[in-house]
Amino acid sequence: MSINPELAGRVYPAADPYMVGREKIREFAAAVKATHPAHFELEAAAALGHTDLLAPPTFAIIVAQRADAQLIADPASGIDFSRVVHADQRFTHHRPIIAGDELLAELHVDTVRAMGGGAMITTRSEITTTAGEKVATTVSSLLVRGEDQ
Amino acid sequence: MIDFATLEKGMDIGSTTIHVNRADLVRYAGASGDFNPIHWNERFATEVGLPGVIAHGMFTMGSAVQLVSNWVGNPGAVIDYQTRFTKPVPVADPEGSNPSDHAGTAVQISGAIGALDEEARTARVDLTVTLEGTKVLVKAQAVVQF
Repeated sequence: MSINPELAGRVYPAADPYMVGREKIREFAAAVKATHPAHFELEAAAALGHTDLLAPPTFAIIVAQRADAQLIADPASGIDFSRVVHADQRFTHHRPIIAGDELLAELHVDTVRAMGGGAMITTRSEITTTAGEKVATTVSSLLVRGEDQ
Repeated sequence: MIDFATLEKGMDIGSTTIHVNRADLVRYAGASGDFNPIHWNERFATEVGLPGVIAHGMFTMGSAVQLVSNWVGNPGAVIDYQTRFTKPVPVADPEGSNPSDHAGTAVQISGAIGALDEEARTARVDLTVTLEGTKVLVKAQAVVQF
């Protein structure tokens, strides 16, 4: 099955909110080998002016990839997850993510470009709090390899 | 804390080495929710044409930025961070080794000031991330707010 070119411009509304937990921040920070104490200790986060544990700079990928999963799972997209390669990634933080945030991600399919037998799909997640505050914008390019690639 | 006024374009911010073994990939899969089997199952990885199990691009991106977080002293100051993933980072599972203790693949990371914006008080740190001398991330740039 090939990639549906009409995906471009599609918007997937936010699914259930993602609750940022302290232990998840600690777990994710340890997994990327982060050592800064603001990810682990409340006092260290407070010393930098944060009201709770501070998430590492790429933490938003958890929320962004959940949003991307909606697109990949959409039967209309024609994307085979086992053929997806992450080509590039960008995070723009409007403010840091801290424990206790309840986040929503609205997924935008910005571009779909045919490449060989596959396609390059660029998605953008607009991440906000449930109160509507802008938190981060993430942009991912996913290369979906064709059958012969 | 770093004083913005002392920064100059081209200035080195330091370097580090990240070691990644199979246990690290399992840990990252669990922490991130990215369970793509190319990052933990050798058979599947080779069947889809890879040289073997490879690290999550987001593991490499996420661990490389620690150099910037620690340099600036505030991970929350990283307001923008981007990269392109150009080469896979294979993570071997040598015979007779314990996957949790094995030193794993060594990824070298260094950073330098690529640009300064006096008005916005931001510094762009350009990261060089290599495996055995070959770049695995390209255009890895972190913008730090001062």
